[in-house]
Amino acid sequence: MIRSMLFLPGNNPNMLINGSVLGADAVIFDLEDAVSPAEKDAARVLVRNTLRYMDFTGCQRIVRINSTDTAYWKADLDAVLPEKPELILLPKTGTAQDALTADAYITELEEKLGLPANSVGLMPLIETALGVENAYAIAASCKRIHALFLGAEDLTADLRCKRTKEGREIEYARTRLVVAARAADVEVYDTPFTDVNDDEGIWTDAELAKALGFTGKAAISPRHLEAINQTFSPTLAEIDYAYEVLEAIAMAKAQGKGAIALRGKMIDAPIVARAQRTIEMAEQLGLDRRDAE
Amino acid sequence: MEMKLRASAGTMESSDAYVEIEPGTDGIKLQLESVVMGQFGEAIEKAVRNVLQELSVENANVRVVDRGALECVIRARVETAVLRGKGDAQ
Repeated sequence: MIRSMLFLPGNNPNMLINGSVLGADAVIFDLEDAVSPAEKDAARVLVRNTLRYMDFTGCQRIVRINSTDTAYWKADLDAVLPEKPELILLPKTGTAQDALTADAYITELEEKLGLPANSVGLMPLIETALGVENAYAIAASCKRIHALFLGAEDLTADLRCKRTKEGREIEYARTRLVVAARAADVEVYDTPFTDVNDDEGIWTDAELAKALGFTGKAAISPRHLEAINQTFSPTLAEIDYAYEVLEAIAMAKAQGKGAIALRGKMIDAPIVARAQRTIEMAEQLGLDRRDAE
Repeated sequence: MEMKLRASAGTMESSDAYVEIEPGTDGIKLQLESVVMGQFGEAIEKAVRNVLQELSVENANVRVVDRGALECVIRARVETAVLRGKGDAQ
């Protein structure tokens, strides 16, 4: 389960080697925007070695490769796929065909390397107006898609508007991505909050993302991880309620009742499904109803 | 394939290593500077020579300035410098 993802510049050894201990559920080794064209080759080798030799137990490994309209992306995949990262973040995914192009080459490499099919997931980065409009087609394009990821910096440049802390300019994109991802039954991750010195703003931004339905959120600073992890973890009250729902359902079944109310509200299938997701998440985080907070 | 060009990789920043390499004629000539020379000099030299061997470099003059890099970082910087020196960098 990924609540937080931390971007690490692909050619910065100091950040790469410490990436696993900063508190992120996943780290994103960035071969794209954080690396100048003259250093793409160096970053590729450095990230490959970091994946190969460093222990990232408990922290999923994501690599942001360069986009499929560059000369770099195949070499990026050639370098990192043998190290079996959990996910590939594909920038500037504008159409389903962009995702399918990457999927086809990853499939080729998986076969060559003897890796199980679809063992490396794909996470399209939606950061253009075209990508937002095609979000569902992208999310549903192939089995390899694990999640959609919103990139607001490039998106607002494409939309020709200013990126603000309040984020009104990306309201449509956020909701559009959540709906598209859920319709395709994949996860969805929110864009980073980019003011690394605003310790209050990150809480507001993360709470908004959670309220909209995002699975989690990316960060460009380790300082934002606590806010993201806490916001996207179930609260004690939510865990308690989830257990009460499942207990009420079990009791109704034992009594042969078709429907049951809890706290004055009918318990129906969506409430049960949400309760199961909450408990599943709590179990993965090692939380339970007594000591979650 | 032997080295064709003089090339470098890495930086002088903390936790990194800077590597310079140029075509040679008389085996591997290695010049190593490190902030942890006393403790890890031998291990660093071994790592550098291993990478050169893996990449079939038999004749080259190599200078490595280690700024407290982990072995995987040193290996990456040497490999990048070699690939650049062979004209194979992408």
